[in-house]
Amino acid sequence: MKYSLWNLLRQAPRGHRDWPQAWRNPEPKESYDVIIIGAGGHGLATAYYLAKEHGITRTAVLEKGWLGGGNTGRNTTIVRSNYLWDESAHLYEHSLRLFETLSQDLNFNVMFSPRGVINLAHNEHDLKELRRRGHACRLNGIDYEMVTPREIKEIAPIINISRSIRYPVLGGAMQRRAGNARHDAVAWGLARRADEFGVDIIQNCEVTGIDVRDGRVTGVQTTRGAIRANRIGAVPAGHASVVASMAGLRLPVESHTLQAMVTEPVKPVIDTVIMSNTVHVYISQSDKGELVLGAGIDGYNSYSQKGGINVIEHQLEGLCELYPIVSRLKIMRAWGGIVDIAPDASPIISKTPVEGFYINCGWGTGGFKATPGSGWVFAHTIAQDRPHRLNEAFSLGRFESGLLIDEHGAAAVAH
Amino acid sequence: MMLIPCPWCGDRLDAEFTCGGEAHIVRPDPATASDAEWADYLFMRKNPKGVHHERWFHAHGCRRWFHITRDTVNHRILAVYAITDSAPEAAG
Ligand SMILES: Cc1cc2nc3c(=O)[nH]c(=O)nc-3n(C[C@H](O)[C@H](O)[C@H](O)COP(=O)(O)OP(=O)(O)OC[C@H]3O[C@@H](n4cnc5c(N)ncnc54)[C@H](O)[C@@H]3O)c2cc1C
Ligand SMILES: [Zn+2]
Repeated sequence: MKYSLWNLLRQAPRGHRDWPQAWRNPEPKESYDVIIIGAGGHGLATAYYLAKEHGITRTAVLEKGWLGGGNTGRNTTIVRSNYLWDESAHLYEHSLRLFETLSQDLNFNVMFSPRGVINLAHNEHDLKELRRRGHACRLNGIDYEMVTPREIKEIAPIINISRSIRYPVLGGAMQRRAGNARHDAVAWGLARRADEFGVDIIQNCEVTGIDVRDGRVTGVQTTRGAIRANRIGAVPAGHASVVASMAGLRLPVESHTLQAMVTEPVKPVIDTVIMSNTVHVYISQSDKGELVLGAGIDGYNSYSQKGGINVIEHQLEGLCELYPIVSRLKIMRAWGGIVDIAPDASPIISKTPVEGFYINCGWGTGGFKATPGSGWVFAHTIAQDRPHRLNEAFSLGRFESGLLIDEHGAAAVAH
Repeated sequence: MMLIPCPWCGDRLDAEFTCGGEAHIVRPDPATASDAEWADYLFMRKNPKGVHHERWFHAHGCRRWFHITRDTVNHRILAVYAITDSAPEAAG
C-alpha cells in the first residue's frame, strides 16, 4: 500500500490497524537468478536497482542477522560527496544525487536532511589540504567552499573558536548540499520496495559456504539449506574476508571496530554536521535531540562489536574542548560496528577471478553515504557482468596495477 | 580494551602499544615476483574471524616488538612469542 496522505486518512478511523506489513518473511526457494549476501543498505540497494533498472527480480538477499542490523544501523548517518580524486568524487556525487530524491523514489521518508557538513582545520596543513580538496571538488562540479572561524561560529554557536585551546579552529570547508539521513529508514525503504518487486529478503540465514565448480559459482550453503544461483554478489561489510575466503579469494581489507555514541537528548543546539580529522571529533544532532558523536577505530583487527573505552575517552576529550557545553551531558549509549578497511580507504566494487562472483566491500568507515550509489553500480556490474563507468576504477585489480585511489584525507577519519 | 602481556614488562593496557598487523608475511624476491605475487604480499591479508598471529610494539614501554596470537572475536590472547619465532603450532 502506497504511503500517502490519502491512505493515512483512510487508515485513521480504523486505528491504523490495517496497514500491511512492509515486507514478507519468505522461506528460501531452491534457486534464484541472483543471490545477494548481506541485507545491509548496500545489499538491499543492489537488489532494488537490479529489479528497477535491470528487470531482474528473481533475487534473494540473504542476511545472517536482521536487515539493517550491521553497519547500516550503526553509523552516524553523514552523507556528503567532497572526495579528492575524480573517481571517488563521481561515485559519491552520484550517490548524493540519488539520496536527494530517494524518499520520493522509494515512497518512504528517509529523512535526507542537507544541513551541510563542515570539516575543520586546526593547523596550516589542514587548511592547505582542505583548500586543495575544495579546488578538486569544484573542478568536479561539487560544492565545497572555505569558511572562516567566524562564519563557522555563526553557523554553530556552540563551537569554541578561542585561539588559546590546544587545537584552535583556523578555518574549515563546507559542503552545503551534504548532511544526513535516517539510516534505518534507508534500509527499511529499500527493503520494502525490493520486496514489492518480488525480491526475497531472507533473514536469519547465514551463508556458510560458496559452491564453486570449474571456476564458476553455482550456489551457496546456508544455515537454512543450500540455495542455487549462477550469480552471487557479496556485500558483507566487516565480514568481507570471511565470505570471500569461502570462494577461495583473498582480499586487501582488514576488519576493525568503529565506535559511535549519543548523549541524552537536548533542545536543538546544532543544525549542521561538523567534523575534525585532527582531533578526531565529529558531531551532529538527531531529530530526537541526541548529540551524535563519532569516535575512531581500534588499532587492531577485530570482529567484536565492542570497542575500547580509551578510544571513546580520546574522542570525548577533544569534544569537550571544542564544544564546552557538552561536558555536562550524559552519554546514553555507545556501540560499535565492524568496518572493512582497504589500504587506500576506497571501496572495492568488482568482478572477481571466480566467474559469477562479485564483491562489494571496503567501504570502511564511510559507506553509508554511498548506499544508493553503491547498489546502483553493483546492480549494473552483476546484471551486465561488467562494471559501470562509475565503478570501473574500484576493481580488485587496482591492487595489482597499482592504480590505488588514495582517499585517506577525505575518508580515513571523517565518515 | 585489552591487557597485553609484554614479554619484558608484563601486563599493560593496549593503549601503550601499537599493533603491527598480520605476522609471518614473507617478502617475495622483487626481482622474480609477478605483479600478482607482489600485490598479494603488499595488500592481501588473511583477516580471520578467530585466531590471528600478529606483531605488537610496546611503544610507550620497552619499545620492543614481539608476536601475539589472539582471537579476533573475543580478544583472548592464546600465545606470546619472540619476534624471531615462527607461529606456535597448537594455536593454529
Ligand atoms: C560507528 C560507525 C559510524 C559510521 N558513520 C558513517 C557516516 O557517518 N557516514 C557514512 O557514510 N558511513 C559511516 N559508517 C560506515 C557505514 O556504516 C558503512 O560503510 C555502510 O553502512 C556499509 O553498508 P553495508 O550495507 O555494506 O554493510 P552492513 O550494513 O554491515 O551490511 C552487511 C550485512 O551482511 C551481513 N552478513 C555478513 N556476513 C554474512 C554471511 N556470511 N551471511 C549472511 N549475511 C552476512 C551482515 O549481518 C550485515 O547485515 C559508519 C560505520 C560505523 C560502524
Ligand atoms: Zn614492554
